[in-house]
Amino acid sequence: MKLNVNSDIALTHLLTRKKQTLIAAMGVTVGIGIFIFMISLVVGFNRYSDEALFKAAPHLRIYKDDILSQPLIPQSNSGYTAVIVNPKITNLSNALINPEKIMADLIKQEDVVTVAPQVSVNLFYNNGTSQINGIASGVNILEANAMFNIQSTMLAGDVRNLVATPNGILIGVGIAKKLNIQLHDNINVTSSVGVVKVMKVEGIFKTSNSNIDLTKSYVNLAVSQQLLHQSSSYVTDILVNIKDPNEAPVFSKRLKTLTIYKVEDWQAANEQTMSSKKTRGVMFGAISLAILLVAAFGIYNIINMTIKEKLNDIAILKATGFSGKDVINIFIKETLIMGFIGTLIGLLLAAGLIKVVSGIYIGGDREYFPIGFELSIFIAGAIIGMLVTLGAGYIPALNAAKIDPIEIFRK
Amino acid sequence: MMEKQVILKTNRIAKYFYEPVKFKALNDISFEVFESEFVTMIGKSGCGKSTLLYILSTMDTAYEGELFIAGQKITGQKQDQLAAIRNQNIGFVFQFHYLLPEFSCLKNVMIPALKLGKYSYEEVEEQAYQKLELLGIKDQALKPAAKLSGGQQQRVAIARALINSPKIIMCDEPTGNLDSKNTEIVLETFQQLSKEFGQTIIAVTHDNDFASKSDRNIEMGDGKIINHDKKI
Ligand SMILES: Nc1ncnc2c1ncn2[C@@H]1O[C@H](COP(=O)(O)OP(=O)(O)OP(=O)(O)O)[C@@H](O)[C@H]1O
Ligand SMILES: [Mg+2]
Repeated sequence: MKLNVNSDIALTHLLTRKKQTLIAAMGVTVGIGIFIFMISLVVGFNRYSDEALFKAAPHLRIYKDDILSQPLIPQSNSGYTAVIVNPKITNLSNALINPEKIMADLIKQEDVVTVAPQVSVNLFYNNGTSQINGIASGVNILEANAMFNIQSTMLAGDVRNLVATPNGILIGVGIAKKLNIQLHDNINVTSSVGVVKVMKVEGIFKTSNSNIDLTKSYVNLAVSQQLLHQSSSYVTDILVNIKDPNEAPVFSKRLKTLTIYKVEDWQAANEQTMSSKKTRGVMFGAISLAILLVAAFGIYNIINMTIKEKLNDIAILKATGFSGKDVINIFIKETLIMGFIGTLIGLLLAAGLIKVVSGIYIGGDREYFPIGFELSIFIAGAIIGMLVTLGAGYIPALNAAKIDPIEIFRK
Repeated sequence: MMEKQVILKTNRIAKYFYEPVKFKALNDISFEVFESEFVTMIGKSGCGKSTLLYILSTMDTAYEGELFIAGQKITGQKQDQLAAIRNQNIGFVFQFHYLLPEFSCLKNVMIPALKLGKYSYEEVEEQAYQKLELLGIKDQALKPAAKLSGGQQQRVAIARALINSPKIIMCDEPTGNLDSKNTEIVLETFQQLSKEFGQTIIAVTHDNDFASKSDRNIEMGDGKIINHDKKI
C-alpha cells in the first residue's frame, strides 16, 4: 500500500477496530436511510395532494373582485374621518372586459401552458320534485380537460362527447345519486336568473372531494352564457396553468401588472392546504433531523472513544513530528470513511424502504402509496450525511490535536 | 584541532510544576552539547533528567530560559513548527518504549520518515530494514509491535529514532530493559552514529557502565547541573 501516511494510519485504526467502525457506520446508515425515506414520504404525499387539488383548481385564476363603494369626497386630510353610509358592493357585473385580449396576452407569457375562459353559473339541478343547488362551470371542455384532467375522474361517459352535444352536461356523482340520474338521462337546470334548460348527461365524474361531487357540473361555454342571458363575449374567470405550479405566486405578482383584475394563485386560494403542507414538512423534517442527530452522536462517541484509547499513539505521533493538523487530519479521515460507508448503505436502505412502501395498496384513486424515488432527495441526504459525520468527528479530532504528549509520557 | 560546533545550547532554563504544590524541578540549567558528541546524563532518580530531556526535545514549551538547536532559537516557536523540527532534527527514545501497537515494527520505524516525505515509500522501507538490522531485530520486522518483548520494543523505538538521520538523538534510559548483550549493541550503535555519521546523542541513563563509555557525563542533582564532565 502506498497511501499518504495520515490515510495509512487512519485506515489501520479503522481496520483494527472493524466492529466499532461498523457500528458507527450503521448509525449513519439508519439516520440517512430514515431521513431520505421520511422526506420522500412528505414529497410524495405533497405531490399527491397537489395533483388532487389541480383536478379542481387552476394554478392561477383571474377574476373581477368585488369592489366596495368609496367615499364621494376623497379623503385627503387624515385629521378627518371619512364617512360612507351603508357601504355596498358596487360591481354591476362580474364580467371581464375584453377577455379575448387578456387571454391573448397571457398565452404569450413565458411558461404559460394553458389559458382557458370560464363562466360560473349558480343554478339548481332538478329531476321531478327533487332539487339541488350547485355551480356549473361553462368551459371549453377540451381546454378544461387539458387543465384538470377531468377524464381521469370520469366514472361513466366521456368528456369529448360534450363537444358533439351542445346541450350536454357532466355532473358529479353526488348529484347523479341524489337525483337518481343515469348516463344519457336528461336533467333540468334552472339558473340564478331564471333560465331553464334541459340538458343531457354525457358523463358522471367522481373527485376526491364529495362536496364537489354534490354541486359541480361542466357545461359548454355557450350554454353557460345562455343560462345567464349573456352574449358570447361574457366570461367571468380566466384560468391559467403554468409549467411549475410552485412558481404561481411569483407569476401572479407579474400578471398583476398586466391586468386590472384580481389574479389569485392556487397557494393563496388554498391556504388551508398550504398550511397543512408546511406543518407536515416541519414535523417530518424535525423527526428525521432528530434521528440524524442521534446518528451523529453515535459517530461522535465512537471517535471520542477511539481517541481516548489512542492517547498514547497520538502522543507518539506528535513526538515524532506530526503536527496538530495532522492529528485532526487522521481522525477526520477516519470519520469520513465511516460516514461514507454509512451513507452509502443508508442510500440503499432508503431505496429499499421506498420500494417496499410504494408497493403498499391504499385504494382510492391513487391506489398505491404516494412515494417515489427522488434523485435530489438522495443527493441532499448524502450531502447532509457526510456533513453531519464531519461535524461529529471534527469536535473530538480538535480535542485530540490539543493533547500534550508530555502529559501522556509522564504517566 | 578543529573548532567544535555547538549543536544544542540552553540558557538558564528553569521549570516549575504547579501541581500538587509549586515545585521548581529545574533550576538555572545552562549547558552546551557539541556536534557528533555522545553525552550521557546521570543523576539520582527524581533529579529532573526526564523533565530536562522533554524540554530539549521541544515537546515541553512551558519553561523559563532559552533553548537553541543548530543555532536556531527554539523557545517561542509555534507548535506546528516545533513538530516539523522534531520530525527532521530530533530522534527520541522514551523512557517507557512507546510504539504504535497496531502497526508492524517496520511501519513503526517508517512512519516518521513517511511523515518527512523526503524519500519514496520503497526507499523508506529499505532504510527501515537497515535500521532494524542495525539493532538486530530485522527478523521481527513484520510482527505487530504489541507482540514483541520489552527489550525488542525498545530496540524498535531506537531504530525509529534513527530513521530520519536526525542531528540529535535523545534517549531516556535506552537500555533500561536490555540485557548486557543488547546493551552492548545499542552502545556500539551510538558510538558509531556519533563517530561515523556525526550525529549527536544525549542519553539519560542509570547504567554507570554505559555512561563510562560515552564521550561525556553530565551529572544532575536536585534540578541543577552539578558536573558538566564527570569522570566515572
Ligand atoms: N507532571 C509532574 N507534576 C509534578 N511534579 C512532577 C511532574 N513530573 C515530574 N515531577 C517531579 O519533578 C522531579 C523530576 O522528575 P523527573 O521525571 O524529571 O526525574 P528523573 O530524573 O527523570 O527520575 P528517574 O531517573 O526516576 O526517571 C521529580 O521530583 C518529580 O516528582
Ligand atoms: Mg526519568
